[in-house]
Amino acid sequence: MKYNWNWGILLDLEPGGSGVYLQYLLVGLGWTLTVALAAWVIALMLGALIGTLRTAPNRWLSRLCTAYVELFRNIPLLVQMFLWYFVLPELLPRALGDWIKQLPPPWGSYVPAVLCLALYTSVRVAEQVRAGIQSLPRGQMMAGTAMGLTLPQTYRYVVLPMTFRIILPPLTSEFLNCIKNSSVALTIGVMELTARARAMQEFSFQVFEAFTAATLIYLATNILVVFAMRVVERKVRVPGYISAGGAPQAGH
Amino acid sequence: MTLVRLALALLASATLAAPALAQDGTLKKIKDSGSITIGHRDASIPFSYYDDKQQPVGYAMDLCHRIVDAVRAELKMPKIDIKYQLVTSANRIPLMANGTIDLECGSTTNNLDRQKQVWFTITHFVTANRYMAKKSAKLRTLEDLKGKTVVSTAGTTNIKQITELNVQKNLGASILSANGHPEAFLMVETGRAAAFVMDDILLYSLVATSKSPGDYAISTDALSVEPYGIMVRKDDVAFKKVVDAAMVNTYKSGAINGIYSKWFLSPVPPKGINLNVPMGEAFKKVVASPTDSGDPAAYK
Repeated sequence: MKYNWNWGILLDLEPGGSGVYLQYLLVGLGWTLTVALAAWVIALMLGALIGTLRTAPNRWLSRLCTAYVELFRNIPLLVQMFLWYFVLPELLPRALGDWIKQLPPPWGSYVPAVLCLALYTSVRVAEQVRAGIQSLPRGQMMAGTAMGLTLPQTYRYVVLPMTFRIILPPLTSEFLNCIKNSSVALTIGVMELTARARAMQEFSFQVFEAFTAATLIYLATNILVVFAMRVVERKVRVPGYISAGGAPQAGH
Repeated sequence: MTLVRLALALLASATLAAPALAQDGTLKKIKDSGSITIGHRDASIPFSYYDDKQQPVGYAMDLCHRIVDAVRAELKMPKIDIKYQLVTSANRIPLMANGTIDLECGSTTNNLDRQKQVWFTITHFVTANRYMAKKSAKLRTLEDLKGKTVVSTAGTTNIKQITELNVQKNLGASILSANGHPEAFLMVETGRAAAFVMDDILLYSLVATSKSPGDYAISTDALSVEPYGIMVRKDDVAFKKVVDAAMVNTYKSGAINGIYSKWFLSPVPPKGINLNVPMGEAFKKVVASPTDSGDPAAYK
């Protein structure tokens, strides 16, 4: 290996004049998180709605939601990014399409990136929600009806609170995926962490330093998320359903 | 304590091993393995790209084949196999560093920052940073970009220059970054951006291969000068000497004229499009007095 290591490059000025390379990458992390968080909020709301409706007793409604899920989970994320960015404005009425294209940077790429990632993630959340609902014993639903609750009330007060507590661990994984998937937004010009690592290696030719730094930043961010979520998981777990690590087992 | 000492010992041996490897060098590697590996690009027309038979071809590839001939003569080994390895802008440095490729034949800008990591042989093309716009927009000079939306490819020296000029000349342009050249071109085509800032030779080939080449114009103002070079491993003096000599021989013998017109003044595969770009003044000077300088001032 004939490579000229230079970790000091991280403290060198980047050519755009915004500061040193490390700072340049951390601003990229900021964009990664702004894309991922915005997408996650939308994905949670949409996913909860779609996932619930898929289990609803109305056949047409659940079919419609199934179509939505299959549409967004069967097209590669990268292709979806291109469709949102390049194709959508051409399909809309001329004035609206032009307005979208003229959005000042970075919003012109930020908005489609968030929408794309949000819808892609929402179908994954929807499937978790559906699986969670279906994992509950049918008696819970019946008990709700027997108590005189309407169907929406049964979902709201009986089924969904249990579901979300049960599917929290897989949802943590989905959130981590959402953070990592946001790197695909670089293909439509969002200067997030991976995009900036690529730009840094192009400017300086210090490939390994740039990508090692980006890797460590991703890793640190995701580990923080995992720890935070673990606290939440422990707080809201349903005793007897899923035991968080180290919890005493009954009967032993 | 022992752990620390062990780590230090490992570190020391790693740093000691590096120069030892350099002394062996690329020539020895080629001699021992009986093969040389050329790194090429997939779509850098007409420098290095796949033709309709999925073979890597191009102007830089022709130059590299002459270099390989020179290596064969130097090592007195008429049978050296040529292996091809596709590289991208992201992996060309690691592949050069770990010995996967021996020459990188494409359209890589030679500059002083990059010379800290790799060496370049004699410049094989001199391009200028210009912009492309729709003819109907009537943009020709740098001043014309005032207040416009401009796109360039992310992570290039071009986007770096336009960002700097935007601040220096107070243009107030909004600068978009695209992931690749085709995406950037698409942004001008669909009206997301008014102009695309890039190496002029790449702009010429993008326009020539587009749906309606007549709709676009290239700016008269050049924002900078960029010499292209073929990459070799850093500190490998013996190999660079052979490679440089092969390049100088190509220029001095006049063989360069045939190779140049084959790729820039005649129809090239896969679509049979003629780029029609005559040799520029800056490159004519390089041919007359070959240089491997990474300083743009040397090409004025």
